Amino acid sequence: MIGRGAERVLGLLAAFGLLIGLYIGFVYAPPDAVQGEVQRIMYLHVPLILVSYLAFFVVFVMSILYLLRRQERHDAIAHSSAEIGVLFTALAIAAGSIWGRPTWGTWWTWDARLTTTTILLLIFIGYLMLRTLVDDPSRGATFSAVLGIFGFLDIPIIHMSVVWWRTLHQPPSVLRPGPSTVAPDMQVALYTNLAAFVVLYGYFLVKRLRLEEARCELNRLRMEGVE
Amino acid sequence: MIFVGHVMAIARKDLLAEWRNRESFTAMFYFAFLVLFLFNFALGADQALIRGASSGLLWLAFTFTSVLGLGRSVQGELENDCLEGLLLYPTQREAIYLGKLLGNFSVILVVELVILPLFAILYNMDLWSQIPKLLLIAVPGTLGFAAAGTLLSSMTAGLRAREAMLPFLLFPLTIPLILSAVKGTEVVLRGEPFELAMPWVKLIAAFDVVFLVTSLLTFEYLVEE
Repeated sequence: MIGRGAERVLGLLAAFGLLIGLYIGFVYAPPDAVQGEVQRIMYLHVPLILVSYLAFFVVFVMSILYLLRRQERHDAIAHSSAEIGVLFTALAIAAGSIWGRPTWGTWWTWDARLTTTTILLLIFIGYLMLRTLVDDPSRGATFSAVLGIFGFLDIPIIHMSVVWWRTLHQPPSVLRPGPSTVAPDMQVALYTNLAAFVVLYGYFLVKRLRLEEARCELNRLRMEGVE
Repeated sequence: MIFVGHVMAIARKDLLAEWRNRESFTAMFYFAFLVLFLFNFALGADQALIRGASSGLLWLAFTFTSVLGLGRSVQGELENDCLEGLLLYPTQREAIYLGKLLGNFSVILVVELVILPLFAILYNMDLWSQIPKLLLIAVPGTLGFAAAGTLLSSMTAGLRAREAMLPFLLFPLTIPLILSAVKGTEVVLRGEPFELAMPWVKLIAAFDVVFLVTSLLTFEYLVEE
């Protein structure tokens, strides 16, 4: 665990990064040649979705570590990361929907990556629901770990199936081989926001773990009080 | 070989119990029949519409029905502490998982085999010549669904909201499988060459491999203590 001081620094860094990100996204970066101002949603949408992939990857790794080593810390990180991942995925879908309305002409469409992302969201909402329903904490942690592993491994298969099914989304512009198709100024704006959101994720994670610690402490004190 | 014997013994136990009371089978069969029957009212008497939607209908009936059977199968183990007895059985955990899987898979497949002709009769479709091709999709599709379902139902069995939780977890995870099976079946029902369905069959196979291997690796954690 990191100290209070480092936690504060992380929080300030996240706030500062997001402010810079807003400035660069709204003022510094040029409007899109085709889409105009509305394209600026990208600076929110893309970092959100990339960070949520990161969050679910953390769930996957921590789930494996938990099954192998049985340390509550790993489970706490997996749980916290899943919560943040669900939040960010939901926000990314909402932002994408707002972006889709003026550019694609519809709030919602059964496009491949949109559908994949929504399935991912459903899987991890299920993950969080399962956690609340299992009374025994260690069993709950084990069940969640298994589900976290399945959820992550399922992503490529979901993606393949849905891509074959239909595709409308613009091809990936950041996570793809070859030179980027995004204009340099826009790239700066995009990566600044991405960095800010990664730091924000880190800050949320630390805060959430602190909450978990406090909860454990409270339980322990209650037990002592009973005795 | 001893391992295979253990798997067969557990599957045989499940199937024998099922054969003696036929509770799951009756419930699943009747439920699937009702679903097929109700689709008629959802779609009306439009033959072209029904033809277009038929493979989706069929797989929705299969998946809804399977969830019913999967939940019951593991619920039976919780009564009278049967699960504890099963875990005391001197074999690897993997054999228990595979045995339960084989039992679930067989029951679901039998229900599907009864439902298929019923579907053909109710909706006036010529399926008879297509049955071997349909099985090439239904067998691996059902295997994957049963593999994921057997694992997840062992998690949800003891929960308060188990009837709701199993589909909540199972359906999102198996969407690629359901989608592939629907698309593959569509090719067959339209009478197109089977090569067009091959990519979907391969995807189903990939799903089966990933879910079987991961289930075998993680099942022991779920049932320990």
